[in-house]
Amino acid sequence: MHNIDKTAYIVFILFGFGLLNACRKDTIPATEETFHFSKGLYLLNEGNMSMNKASLDFYDFTTGTYERDVYKRANPSIVLGLGDVGNDIQLYGGKLYIAVNASNKIEVLDAFTARRIKAIDLINCRNITTANGKVYVSSYNASIAMGPNSPNGKVVEIDTLSLNISREVAVGRQPEGLAVSNNKLYVANSGGYNPDAYERTLSVIDLSSFKELKRIEVAINLHQVKVNRQGRVYVTSRGDYDNKHAGLFIIDPNTDHMVEELNKPVSNFWLDDNKMYAYAMEWDSNQQKNTILFHSFLLTDLNNDFPYIDSDVASRITIPYGIAVDANTKHIYLTDAKNYVSPGTLYEFNAAGKLLRSFETGDIPAHMAFLGN
Amino acid sequence: MFFAASNIRAQTTEMDTVSIYGAKNSILIQSSVPVQLLTSKELKGLNSLSVADASRFLSGVQLKDYGGIGGLKTINVRSMGSNHTQVLLDGIAVGNMQNGQVDLGKFSLENIEEISLYNGDRQTLLQPAKSFASASYMYLQSKIPRFEGAKKSNLVVGLKGGSFDLINPSLFVERKVNDRLSATISTEYIQADGKYKFRLQDSHYDTIAFRENADIKAFRAESMLNGTWLSGDWQSHIYIYTSERGLPDAIIANRLKPTSPEKGQRQEDRNIFFQGSYRKELKRYSFLINAKYANDYTYYLNPNIIKIEGPLANNFRQQEVFLSFANQYKVTRRWRMALSTDWQWNKLNANLDDFAYPTRYTTLVSLVSQYKADRFTFQSSLLATLIQDHAQYDAAAGNKQKFSPSLSVSWQAFKYPDFRIRAFYKNIFRMPTFNDLYYTDIGNTLLKPENANQFNAGVSYAKSFSGIVKYFNMQVDAYYNTVTDKIIASPANNQFRWIMYNLDRVETKGVNLTAKAICQTFKKLNVTTGLNYTFEEALNMTENQDGHQTFNRGEQVPYIPRHSGSIVVQLDYQGYRLNYSFLYTGERYSQAANRADNYLQPWYTHDISIGKEELAFIKKIKLNLMLEMNNALNQPYEVVKNFPMPGRNFRLRASFNY
Repeated sequence: MHNIDKTAYIVFILFGFGLLNACRKDTIPATEETFHFSKGLYLLNEGNMSMNKASLDFYDFTTGTYERDVYKRANPSIVLGLGDVGNDIQLYGGKLYIAVNASNKIEVLDAFTARRIKAIDLINCRNITTANGKVYVSSYNASIAMGPNSPNGKVVEIDTLSLNISREVAVGRQPEGLAVSNNKLYVANSGGYNPDAYERTLSVIDLSSFKELKRIEVAINLHQVKVNRQGRVYVTSRGDYDNKHAGLFIIDPNTDHMVEELNKPVSNFWLDDNKMYAYAMEWDSNQQKNTILFHSFLLTDLNNDFPYIDSDVASRITIPYGIAVDANTKHIYLTDAKNYVSPGTLYEFNAAGKLLRSFETGDIPAHMAFLGN
Repeated sequence: MFFAASNIRAQTTEMDTVSIYGAKNSILIQSSVPVQLLTSKELKGLNSLSVADASRFLSGVQLKDYGGIGGLKTINVRSMGSNHTQVLLDGIAVGNMQNGQVDLGKFSLENIEEISLYNGDRQTLLQPAKSFASASYMYLQSKIPRFEGAKKSNLVVGLKGGSFDLINPSLFVERKVNDRLSATISTEYIQADGKYKFRLQDSHYDTIAFRENADIKAFRAESMLNGTWLSGDWQSHIYIYTSERGLPDAIIANRLKPTSPEKGQRQEDRNIFFQGSYRKELKRYSFLINAKYANDYTYYLNPNIIKIEGPLANNFRQQEVFLSFANQYKVTRRWRMALSTDWQWNKLNANLDDFAYPTRYTTLVSLVSQYKADRFTFQSSLLATLIQDHAQYDAAAGNKQKFSPSLSVSWQAFKYPDFRIRAFYKNIFRMPTFNDLYYTDIGNTLLKPENANQFNAGVSYAKSFSGIVKYFNMQVDAYYNTVTDKIIASPANNQFRWIMYNLDRVETKGVNLTAKAICQTFKKLNVTTGLNYTFEEALNMTENQDGHQTFNRGEQVPYIPRHSGSIVVQLDYQGYRLNYSFLYTGERYSQAANRADNYLQPWYTHDISIGKEELAFIKKIKLNLMLEMNNALNQPYEVVKNFPMPGRNFRLRASFNY
């Protein structure tokens, strides 16, 4: 028995040294990469909150390659990278503007190299639109002048030359999407922090004076705002996730009145020429699963909807999260966010809705912008 | 068990470390389930402030630690999830029906005699049915009053201080009122600004930043009475804990600069409980009565979310009533049976929009049989659970009924009594918590209980010797467990809205090894060495279900390292103590996808402490001094992604004992 004991003791000591020697792997040092993009699609992956995993991908149309994480690769020395929750992306005048929500900043990149030009601090920034050499960004955080406890949000104007915030205006609570038509800025107020008292209005801002002109009553919990070629304003409502469905509403910018309401649910959409590509996802508490619709419409006739992608592929998509259509090729790009904590997928369809290719993306692939269109 | 343990200790008070282990041999060798013990003497050498810190030295345990003194600390045993481990103080469960998580950072080691961890049920028959209702258990044993000779009272005044501006005074008083009654009062105050430097490193940058909003102020007071009445033992315990703390945010880009303090999230807690027990042994029959009332309040403030009525502020009020009646009957010399019945009431109120205001009634009945021959122990149990949920608004989860079996065996295969073979099987479930079921928008009242099956086989060996090695013990166990219908948050129709769902299946295979040796190299130098090693493969084996595609199937579950372990060396020479401990957690992933961008580096820390015990101070007052250095090599590491842990830090502990 005594010998067994000694052997055991030696094994025990050896085990100990084995553990002590266990070391950290050296992560391969990444060198800064120089990109020269000319034509393609930028995809912003949101990354789940607190994970600091927002990332930017680029689908290069000239080579057909899909480049993952180009922000990190072009800007490796930025501490902690792009940041937490990439909320919106817009390409304007050769620059990429990215609103990184929890990181409280707007990243301005050279759209051809993905290299950072500047980061502009903006607390709780949400969505971006552009017009007349200016960039407009919505934020949940009203200015200090309104009192530190103001529930209101605001919109800031960024000058594209100086890349500084030049003006700001207070809007409703928790503003989301925004778009410009008829020299006016339309801002969706959500009121999402108070499910007991959602906002119901669209703020209208005069771009010359940068003052709020009025609020248009639309529906609860407004979300996205987009403008078609004729200047009509398309607004979505998220509904209350319970009794009130997600919906889409159309505003005439001349009268600032709601002129039409879609009788189908819409969660997200893209306007291209005379067409609207949309999808809707609603939680069915009885069936304990999401009901997902992919439908497209002619803007001249919103009463009839058409499928626009192969139903086989459509059924594979768990959580549709982003949509974009190439104005030239009419290729359709759809993203699947899966379970939000796994790498997602980008699907590319041709104009007839046939699947061409798919790519593995970062976590929660969401927002897209075309380069060279 | 409390009383049985007190008897063992009463006999061993005057003995040295070796004899204490001798006395514990029977528990370690004969147990048919894996058991690990940390005694108060060992705890002193583990540079630990709370039970959470100490739990890192238990094999098969992953401590989830958000960093700092005030951060949330929960344990996950054998990858089954923190809700499958019950924490019991003096044999009565510490509850949290709201989220099922017990923050072990709140439990100070000041009033702890012993921590024991059981995978599977503790081999005690006379205990509440609830002690058969989990996959694993952490038993915390309060200090047991003992008085040397004619001494009628003991007094310890302690003070700890150190890094993070920690100030931690404590007072511990024991008084022998008469032969049948003794009283204990234990109280402490803890204050720290929690601020610490951390380092972010990459091949392109290397920067230092500060952890902010990690301050804490906490106060704890406990009073215990131990006595005998009608030739039975009774105990009562009153416990009050209050704290006010910052909840530090994840470290993310562009948020490293000092934030304005008014923007940090805050939490206030107030926990009060009263518990009591009475136990009496007759010739063949014995019984144990336990009762508890708990009242918990939590206030949460997030000044970054400004609602119409002001910053987001939630309060949660929980209440619990627990009653238990346990009976044991000695059928023959070798065969015992036990029948326990528990009844529990829980209620949660919260100022959330559309909150359901749930109430839960739990009835537990356990029937246990134990056959114990000289070389063979066989225990089987059956637990019946009846749960009734009510909600003031909206639909409640309704009634649930379940039977959970368990079997265990321990066998002395050879003629040597020091070596035993053991195995156990246990089927158990965890109920969805109030948050899982009723949290506004997220909760799902259709949830089923989460099932766990455990299989374990192992060997135990322990022996005392007369040579240099005085004592040696070793336990090796291999296990396989599955968790099915695992309750996870799954996305509903947008990122604001998640829903709790029975979705995942996790299969875990692992090996735990624990060993301890005590040597006396020359006359008065005692060397205690301990080693723990865990290998664990915990895989996501979720099947595709209608409407729910599976992702990352066959990959390692987040935050579970394949390899982890610890080494402890404690030297004791005439009251001079030198302690060294090494902790190792291997590579793991922060998310379900085992990809490079979710990879977390292994971490390992070296903690050292040096001190002197029983320094003569004034008259009968003795002084104990201990200086600790933690993370001696100043390694930057994260237990939870984006929550950096402190680098090298120091603590000085002083206590005056009378």
